[in-house]
Amino acid sequence: MNAPISTPTTARALSFVRGETLPQMPPPDDVRLSLSRRVARTYFGTPANAAITIGCILVLVWLLPPLLNWALLKATWTGNATTCREAGGACWSFIREKFLFSVFGLYPFELRWRPGLVLALFAGMVAISVQQRFWSGKLIYAWIAALAVMWGLMGGQVLGIPVPGLDPVPTRLWGGWLVTIFLAVFGAALAYPIGIVLALGRRSQRPFVRLVCVCWIEFIRGVPLISLLFIATFIVPLFMPTGVELDRLIRAQIAFIMFAAAYMAEVFRGGLQAIPKGQYEGADSIGLNYSQKMRLIVLPQALKITIPAQVNTFIGMFKDTTLVLIIGIFDFFTPSLKG
Amino acid sequence: MTDRPFESRPQPAVPFWNDPAKRGIVLQFGLATFLLFVIWTAWTNMLDNMSARGLVFGWDYLSRPANFAIGESLIPFSAQDTYGRALAVGIINTIRIAVVGIFVTTILGIALGVMRLSSNPLLARLVSGYIEVVRNTPLLLQLFLWYAIINSLPGPRQAVHFGPGMYLSNRGMKVPWVEWSPALWPMIWALVAGIIGTIIASHMLARRREATGGAPPLLPIAAGLILGLPFLASAAQGFPATLSIPVLQGFNFSGGIELSPEFAALLAGLVLYTAAFVAEIVRGGIQSVFKGQWEAARSLGLSSGQLMRLVILPQALRVIIPPLTSQYLNLTKNSSLAVAIGYPDLVHISNTTMNQTGRAVEAILVFASIYLTISLLTSAFMNWYNARVAIMER
Amino acid sequence: MKNWLMGIAAVGAMLLGTTVAEAGRDLDQIKQRGTLRCGVQGPSNPGFGVPNAQGVWEGFNAEICRSVAITIFNDPTKVEFVPVTTQSRFPALTNGEVDILSNNTTWTLTRDTGVNRFNFPAIVFYDGQAVMVPRRLNVTTAKQLNGATVCVQPGTTTELNLADFFRQNNITFRPVVIEALDELRRAYDQGRCDVFTNDFAALAAQRTLLTNPRDHVILPERISKEPLGPTIRQGDEELTNIVAWTVFALIDAEEFGITKANVDQFAATNTDPRVRRLLGVEPGMGAAIGAANENWARTIIKAYGNYGEIFDRWLGPSTPLGLERGQNNIWTKGGLLYAPPAR
Repeated sequence: MNAPISTPTTARALSFVRGETLPQMPPPDDVRLSLSRRVARTYFGTPANAAITIGCILVLVWLLPPLLNWALLKATWTGNATTCREAGGACWSFIREKFLFSVFGLYPFELRWRPGLVLALFAGMVAISVQQRFWSGKLIYAWIAALAVMWGLMGGQVLGIPVPGLDPVPTRLWGGWLVTIFLAVFGAALAYPIGIVLALGRRSQRPFVRLVCVCWIEFIRGVPLISLLFIATFIVPLFMPTGVELDRLIRAQIAFIMFAAAYMAEVFRGGLQAIPKGQYEGADSIGLNYSQKMRLIVLPQALKITIPAQVNTFIGMFKDTTLVLIIGIFDFFTPSLKG
Repeated sequence: MTDRPFESRPQPAVPFWNDPAKRGIVLQFGLATFLLFVIWTAWTNMLDNMSARGLVFGWDYLSRPANFAIGESLIPFSAQDTYGRALAVGIINTIRIAVVGIFVTTILGIALGVMRLSSNPLLARLVSGYIEVVRNTPLLLQLFLWYAIINSLPGPRQAVHFGPGMYLSNRGMKVPWVEWSPALWPMIWALVAGIIGTIIASHMLARRREATGGAPPLLPIAAGLILGLPFLASAAQGFPATLSIPVLQGFNFSGGIELSPEFAALLAGLVLYTAAFVAEIVRGGIQSVFKGQWEAARSLGLSSGQLMRLVILPQALRVIIPPLTSQYLNLTKNSSLAVAIGYPDLVHISNTTMNQTGRAVEAILVFASIYLTISLLTSAFMNWYNARVAIMER
Repeated sequence: MKNWLMGIAAVGAMLLGTTVAEAGRDLDQIKQRGTLRCGVQGPSNPGFGVPNAQGVWEGFNAEICRSVAITIFNDPTKVEFVPVTTQSRFPALTNGEVDILSNNTTWTLTRDTGVNRFNFPAIVFYDGQAVMVPRRLNVTTAKQLNGATVCVQPGTTTELNLADFFRQNNITFRPVVIEALDELRRAYDQGRCDVFTNDFAALAAQRTLLTNPRDHVILPERISKEPLGPTIRQGDEELTNIVAWTVFALIDAEEFGITKANVDQFAATNTDPRVRRLLGVEPGMGAAIGAANENWARTIIKAYGNYGEIFDRWLGPSTPLGLERGQNNIWTKGGLLYAPPAR
């Protein structure tokens, strides 16, 4: 052929290899778009996208001004209920006026420092607990101690033993946020171990144990919380021997614990099922007995992987404490519904 | 020792507390005894307490006249009717809110879940903001809010007239409705036949599609069967239906069909609350589908609608269904909050009954077991459905 | 066996921080505990029982309970107020969570007997069920209410009377039934109902909380009789006596003209033997009803005044409720209040 023949030494002769360096090209469009063009592309790239954006803006325009108007412009910051009605907006002055009542409810006025201290203690414990560097076994003991102190401060007695220097305050005088926090926190604290026991029981080898746990969990999960609260309010007193009475708040608290424990048990069961079988077998093969196997090998893993679900369950519990409204225990929201 | 080294030695007698099987029996026996003891104690205490307070246990009250009126009912009810009938009204109302609620929640929840994943950041942020707010406030407060909003509509005399014979006021939404007469039965049967026909047709079409790779679309056939058959049945009788149109009469509208403020507020509260949870479940389900599936579907040239409908959702469903079931159950159970805004559901009626008769134990027993039945039935159905859509592995 | 069970239950209850009541009469329990547990309408019922900013209960019903506490303990502070709802009040009383209901409970046959077994020692307020309508509807009698939507509380005599009334007059209504009185009132205020029904006094109290109280009228008819009074469990004659005679002392005092201001002067100078017996100047009456002190009636009147003064302070024309005495006047002035003599 008469085509030029390349030789290794003369690169210049290669027609398909460029000899000189080209000037740098600008980067592709999407990387170096100006802000305005990027916005245009993200929000109005296609007709459908443009329609969505416009729709969203319309929704915002429709919702926000009336809301702001109600919450800020027409709102009443000072004054009483009458000025509120005339203004027609949010009644912040009312909230402010009722704030202390919404926190403490009917708790004796001169003893309010005690629940105040309890709230501060609770806030402190939460602040500590959310920081990862404090996460250790000691934190659990700290919580147990804190709960006992909170109970002692609120009631003036722990387990029937009067706390020296504090007057006892019956639970029927507790109210406001305190009840919400108490129901939720003590509910969570006691539901946790019961939930673990129920979850283990549901996966037990013993058929009767399994049956009892399944019945318990399915019954509680199958009925509304409100019916458990009704049972606690109206039926449980009938189960007590003559002359023994169980406080209304404690009965609601027990209903809460049972409710939360059943849901926690299902969360833990998920965790237990997710642990590979090898872990169980490994524990068996090194000769651990059942409680060692669970305590040292299985539960630490199962509890850890279910933390997000546990948090969700607890948040749900916190919201559910508003239901005590229906059975007539003063709580956080009661004062806000007045007037 | 003899010269038979491999003969098994006689087993040392294992004390029963070291024998797992026997220990299990003892443990379970103990548990059973304990439970029986607790139940027996509670039962005898209850009988003692009830007799001490002059209470009796029995169902005779169910056949006594209730003497109270109920706001809305799908079956006729008047104050002379019995407590038993009042209870039936409550059950029907609970089922009504649960069925409608689940239906609307499913649609809204899937829509929100898909919108939450939109590539348009404005929409995704808006939806996720909504989800976070709604999921983290108590449902009871949301119900109060919706009830207050609906009640702030104008009164019946200033009702919003939004279509021929359609009115919106704080007495609810009124729209024209077919007046009931026995002549409507053929239409109803035609409708049932149309639905059954559609189901058969969809099966036949699916088989044909599998066999030949092509089949006529289902929609026109379904529309023809479901709408056409009742129309024909009605036409054959010379259109016997008369329309009942709401008119303002005295204090309120009469005629037509009504959506009461209580029902509407409860529905809005339950649906908007539960849909936020469903949206998160749907989002999780969609995100659990492997990226390769998206890419493969796109490379086949499917539109984004087809991509969702034919490829992603069928696979996401497997992840979605179990938690979705528990959301449906939550919705049903949460409908018991109706008592706070006055929708006459099961709990509301039971509550009134137990106040008027003093039969707390019976009333609570009844409504708890009805909820339990509904829950167990729903679980069973969803488990069955879940088994059907579960991945078939070889 | 029973004792042993009791023991276990007692220990269990102690662990849960509760109290174990000795079996025995209610009055003994109250004295042993040192406080009277008084059930009042929660969250509040203006004029009758409202917690003030310090959480101290005030109002007509609250003062009735405090008066009873004076009779029992000679100390008005030995009362624990327990808020109850229309729904929780009776279980609370039967379960012993409260010793006495002072929350406008109507005395009816089935409550006095039958499944509930309560006791109504005295009537403190004669009431009747009334209906309130917006003024602009121009309704003058409840019989014009055919087809109306009615806001009513469940679990009350009100709910039953309402159905009876409409049935009897052959007219129909549509109930809106909400238990929480505040929520119910808000629904009426927003126009959800044409009619709000309750006992007249309670209705007057609710009217004061409406956006524009003047836009609403309470129709003159009373569609039922509602005798309201403190309620206790059946089976304790002594407590019944104490509650009854505490109320009677307030009524008798008004009849004699004894007031908060002049009670000491009456005790010192009045020669009427009926007055002297009532005020404990001539002893005997206190011991007869089992009061803590012969001066019980004097202490009560010194603290709160006679029936009329308590009424005027919380419910009368000078209060937001603005109720007339009407039937709740003493018999010598045309009312129904007629107390047996203290002798």
